[in-house]
Amino acid sequence: MTAGEKPWMTQKTFERTISFFSPFIILGLWESASELGWIDTRFFPAPSAIFTETGKMIQSGELWRHVAISLQRILIGYTLGAVPGVLMGLAIGLSGTIRAFVQPLVDATFPIPKIAILPLFIMMFGLGEESKYAIIAVAVIYLVMINTAAGVKNIPRIYFDVGKNFHASRRMMFFDVALPGALPLIMAGLKLGMGVALLVIVSAEFVGAKSGIGYLIWSSWQVFQVEQMYVGLLVSALLGFGSAILLNYLERVLIPWNR
Amino acid sequence: MPIAETKISIRGLTKQFMVHGRTFDALSEVDLDVCAGEFFCIVGPSGCGKTTLLRIVAGLEESTAGTIKVNSSGGGAKGKADRPVNSMVFQEQSIFPWMTVRDNVAFGLKAQGLSKQSRYEIANAYIEKVGLHGFADALPHQLSGGMKQRVSIARAFATDPEILLMDEPFAALDEQTKLILQDELVDIWEGTQKTVIYVTHSIDEAIVLADRILVMSARPGKIKEIVDVAAVFDRPRHVQTVKSSKEFGGLFGHIWELLRNEVIATETANAGA
Repeated sequence: MTAGEKPWMTQKTFERTISFFSPFIILGLWESASELGWIDTRFFPAPSAIFTETGKMIQSGELWRHVAISLQRILIGYTLGAVPGVLMGLAIGLSGTIRAFVQPLVDATFPIPKIAILPLFIMMFGLGEESKYAIIAVAVIYLVMINTAAGVKNIPRIYFDVGKNFHASRRMMFFDVALPGALPLIMAGLKLGMGVALLVIVSAEFVGAKSGIGYLIWSSWQVFQVEQMYVGLLVSALLGFGSAILLNYLERVLIPWNR
Repeated sequence: MPIAETKISIRGLTKQFMVHGRTFDALSEVDLDVCAGEFFCIVGPSGCGKTTLLRIVAGLEESTAGTIKVNSSGGGAKGKADRPVNSMVFQEQSIFPWMTVRDNVAFGLKAQGLSKQSRYEIANAYIEKVGLHGFADALPHQLSGGMKQRVSIARAFATDPEILLMDEPFAALDEQTKLILQDELVDIWEGTQKTVIYVTHSIDEAIVLADRILVMSARPGKIKEIVDVAAVFDRPRHVQTVKSSKEFGGLFGHIWELLRNEVIATETANAGA
C-alpha cells in the first residue's frame, strides 16, 4: 500500500455502488428493449407498463386486497407452525425418549412435498381459510422443529455441566441454558420456514383460492393479463425481501452474541 | 500447616469406562484425604483421570466403586440449605455466551433461588473482586480469554461454596495472563480459606498455588506421591516470590522426576493403541 495517494473510491464503496445501480441498469435495458421491439412484450411487458398497472391496482384497492389476505394467511399459518415447532424441537432435543418416538415419523413424512397434502387439507377443512393455514403450518413446523432439535443437540455439553454443578432447576435448565443455547439454529429454522411459507401459500392460492397473491398470478395468466401477473411477482418478491429483513433484524436483537 | 480436620475423604475410588466393548480403568483404588481450607493440586500425565476424579467429586459423573465423604458444615448432602457444597471452574470456555457478565456470575445464585436484587448485589461485588469493574453488562464475546476465566471464577466464588473445584482453568491462557490470574486467585482464595481441589498439568502452577500436590500415575490413575508445598512456602504467597526462590527449582525437579516416567509411559501406551 502506498501511503500518499488515496483512491477516489475504496473497493468496498465501488462494489456497493455497482450493487445499487445494477437493478436500474437492467430495468433501463429492459425498458429500451421492449420499446424497440427487441423482446416480445406479451411475455416481457415494459417495466413502465408494469409500474403503471401496479399504480392502477393500488388505486382500485385490488392489490391491497390480495396482499392483505395472503399476509393474513402467512401470519396465522406461520405462527401455528412455528410455535409448536419450537416447543416440539426443544422437547426432541432434550429428551431421548421423545426423540426416539418422533424421529422415525419425521423421517418418513418430511420428504413429502408439503403442497402435495393440499388436496387432503381441502377435503378436511374445505376451500376456506383453514386449509391455507394448515398447509403453511405443516410446511413451517418441520423446518422449525428439525432445526430447533439440532440447535439443542449442538449446545456444548459443558453448559449443561455448569447447570448441573450449580443445581439449576429443570426450569432454569430449559429457559437459561437450552432455549438460549438453541436460539441461533431456531432462528435459522424460522428463516427457512418463512421462505417455505411464501412458497407454499402462493402455490396453494393458485388452485385453492379466490384471492391472494397466488390467485392474482394464476388468474392473470388465465385471462392473459401479463402486466397483472408481473405485479403479482413483484409483490411476492417484496414480501420475501421484507420478511427476510424483519427476521434478520429480529436475529440481531435476540442473539447479539451470535453476531 | 496446622493440623486441620478432613474435608473430603475419598476411599477406594475407581472409575471404569467402556470403549468399544473394552473396559478401561480411568481411576484405580484412589484413597485421599483433603483437609479443610487446603489448596490441593493434582498433577499427572494427560489421560491419568485427574479430570475424571474432579468430575466425580463435583457430582457430574458416577464412580464405578468407592466412596466420597464430604464433611459439610451444614445443609446436608446436596448443600441445598443456603450454600452449595461445591462449585466448579471449568477448563474450557464455560460461561454462557447469551448472558451478560452479571447474569453469568449470578447464575449459581439464581439456582439457589435468590431474588434478582440480592443476587445482583452479590454478583456485582464479585465482579469488582475479580477486576472486571465496568464490564458487568458486557457479553462474553466482548471479553478476552483471561477476562472470561475471571467471570468463571467469580461465578464459582459467588455462591460461597465450601469446596471449589478447578479443572485447569488457566490452561488456555497465554503465559503472562496466567501469571496474573494465578496471583489474583491466590489473593482471593487466601481471603476465603475455602477448600480447593485444583487440577493442572503444569508443575509450575501447582507449586505456586498448592499447599499439597498429588502426583498421579499414568492410566489407570493412582496416587504416586503427595508433595507437601506448604512446608516450603508460607502464606500469603506471591507468584513472583515463589518462582524466583531457590526452593522452587528443587520442588520442580522432584515432581518432574516423579512425573517423567509416567508421561513416557502414557506416550508409549498411546503410540501402541
